[in-house]
Amino acid sequence: MAAKRESEPNSLASEWGPSTRAVHAGEARQKVLNAITDPIVCSSTYTFSDTQAVIRYIEEKQPREEYGRYGNPSEKVVEGKLAALDGGEEAVLFASGMAAIVGLLMSKLNAGDEVVFFDECYHRSREFCTRHLSRFGVVTRQVKTCDYDAMEAAINEKTRLLVSESPTNPHLSVVDLSRFGEIGQRNGVETLIDATLATPFNVRPLEHGINYVLHSATKYLGGHNDLLAGVIVGQSERLEEVRALRGIMGGINSPHNIYLLQRGLKTFALRMQRHNENGQAVAEFLEAHPRVERVYYPGLASHRYADVASKTMKGFGGLVTFTLKDADWKQTASVVDQVQLFRIAPSLGGVESLIEQPLVISYFECTPEEREQFGISDNMIRLACGIENSTDLINDLAEALDQ
Amino acid sequence: MKFRTRAIHVGNRRDPQTGAVVPPIHLASTYVQESAGEWGEYDYARSGNPTRGNLEETMASLESGVGALAFSSGMAAIHAAVMLCQAGDHILAGRDIYGGTYRLLHQIANRSGVEVSLVDTTDTSKVAESLRESTRLLWIETPGNPLLSITDVAGCVEAAHAHNVRVAVDNTFPSSVLTRPLEKGADIVMHSATKYLGGHSDVLGGILVVGDQKLYEELYFIQNATGAVLSAFDSFLVSRGLKTLDLRMRAQCESAMEIAQWLDQDPRVERVLYPGLPGHPGNQIATQQMDGGFGAMVSFEVVGGYEKAKSIVETTKLFQLAVSLGAVESLIEQPAAMSHASYDAADRAAHGITDSLIRISVGLEDIDDLKADLDQAFNG
Repeated sequence: MAAKRESEPNSLASEWGPSTRAVHAGEARQKVLNAITDPIVCSSTYTFSDTQAVIRYIEEKQPREEYGRYGNPSEKVVEGKLAALDGGEEAVLFASGMAAIVGLLMSKLNAGDEVVFFDECYHRSREFCTRHLSRFGVVTRQVKTCDYDAMEAAINEKTRLLVSESPTNPHLSVVDLSRFGEIGQRNGVETLIDATLATPFNVRPLEHGINYVLHSATKYLGGHNDLLAGVIVGQSERLEEVRALRGIMGGINSPHNIYLLQRGLKTFALRMQRHNENGQAVAEFLEAHPRVERVYYPGLASHRYADVASKTMKGFGGLVTFTLKDADWKQTASVVDQVQLFRIAPSLGGVESLIEQPLVISYFECTPEEREQFGISDNMIRLACGIENSTDLINDLAEALDQ
Repeated sequence: MKFRTRAIHVGNRRDPQTGAVVPPIHLASTYVQESAGEWGEYDYARSGNPTRGNLEETMASLESGVGALAFSSGMAAIHAAVMLCQAGDHILAGRDIYGGTYRLLHQIANRSGVEVSLVDTTDTSKVAESLRESTRLLWIETPGNPLLSITDVAGCVEAAHAHNVRVAVDNTFPSSVLTRPLEKGADIVMHSATKYLGGHSDVLGGILVVGDQKLYEELYFIQNATGAVLSAFDSFLVSRGLKTLDLRMRAQCESAMEIAQWLDQDPRVERVLYPGLPGHPGNQIATQQMDGGFGAMVSFEVVGGYEKAKSIVETTKLFQLAVSLGAVESLIEQPAAMSHASYDAADRAAHGITDSLIRISVGLEDIDDLKADLDQAFNG
């Protein structure tokens, strides 16, 4: 864990509101050279004054830097901020969201162990488990999302980890986190929630008894579509191995990138309020539109998980998925191609609004049967609402839908 | 498109080479040409850089101008505007202008034979009276610093334009979110981009925006000839800051208003200077001139004089003791001991800067945390 520095106001962080945390948590009040912002420390290695200093560092486990792959001062600041935002003891930062989940899975699972997933999960996470972890003798079991009985039934004495996203992508299914955590605790199995779509502004899974929360920090945390990063937050003791393995596998983040993440986090609370407002406004607009068949958004009363969502989440983010009435994949694509403000691209969580047709962007190489299994229909569109004025977003969609 | 949407999209078009949603940071200092004597869009980075150009395009849109120029600091931008004047020309400037502008006008511009005089710009009739035959430029700043005096931009424009005098407005305090002087007839808008535009205390920069193509070309010539351009990295950081400018500014204004109202009814406070309060002499003009907010700077005088003010600025835990303003972090300072310490006591008094005056720059922290911090500092 990052050493607490003198004059660091971190002891206050738990009492601060979300925006104050976003600006100040993890940072020393008095910084190097009395600068108001932290420096970008690019050094790949760190010097020792003499041989005795090296020996003291090893024997006394002194909290100092050694080599960039094992840690970096800029990184410690951001890890402190991310831990404070999620109400966790510690955060471990990775080069990407995938590097983070791979880092956690590799450090927790041995040959013969089993992991159970709710099936609506990021397809690359699934691919890593089924194609790569399987090579090391780890068994992956998938059960239907939010089928808690099925999850419990899938647990046996070899199960080590229960994994889900919440909300899921692109269906925005919302997991009852307390129930999920309780199943893990009762069975002595650790739990991981990928809360990328929710962010710590809207829900803090650790407070619901979850062991690890994972974010692709590329999305809302960075927030400007200009960096890749991933993070795992949890108890320090549980993360010790994760950090150690990161130092060996090397999926660390660069100091320049980390600075952009820190800078992005300063406006995190502000941006999330707007993403939440825009998501809700766009979802309500779409639900009332005659060409729209169905809208997936946890803030709508019609959503399958509206009840769980309203009880556990402060807001529902900028991701809105919908299907068009009587439209084949080409007619759906033409709506995507008509929008002017939303840009066609994968990813989400940045200030710029994005649009994609899941069939084309993420599932183009799947068979129709596979797509049906994943719930990806031909007439489905996914929006990642940014922080523009909601009227501009709605006008853009209205024009595209009215073509 | 609305202001916030433009701040995100104008000047940030999809990269044609890669499709990147965020334009690349172009670091090249020079550009390869097709043939000798035939220049491409870019030649040498002082004359033009795509990353700086993107920022300039966004700023021109946000200020409703025809073109913008990005400089390496606010002072570099002001200097470029002042270089429009020649020996024998007169510049009329506000009494409450930034100290750095005062120094530039009185210790640098004077060397080229440019004459300078100051006037209380809160009184438009005094501005009209102070214009001379040789006046070429009227330089105003609103709200003023640190007393947050309000100058009527449209009134000054009317007075100056009647004498063919150009009006330049330092728009740093309200930012383009709250005031867009070109829409009120001003000729030049200047920003210290270091403040709200960058917004994260990590860039120095200056911006000029103009509403006239010929004036743009004149200023471009000066910028290219003198060379104080904004770096590509810093242009990127300012552009990134602009994407949250509207959100930041409005949230910070809202907190500033609440703090001003709270201080105004507090017996530990003598007087609050905030244009959003009905008792402020500039409240009426500010309400008309500023778009839905009164800025995030609040000045106030405390009961207990110099010592009490000093103790408060040294006791806050969230507000950090520093000059500058406009960023996500809240700052606090005592003008008599810090930003205006170089004036002698009599000069400070003449400017209305008392020993018990405190100036705060309200950041993005939660309002309850900021109030609690000030409260404990008052009691400390």
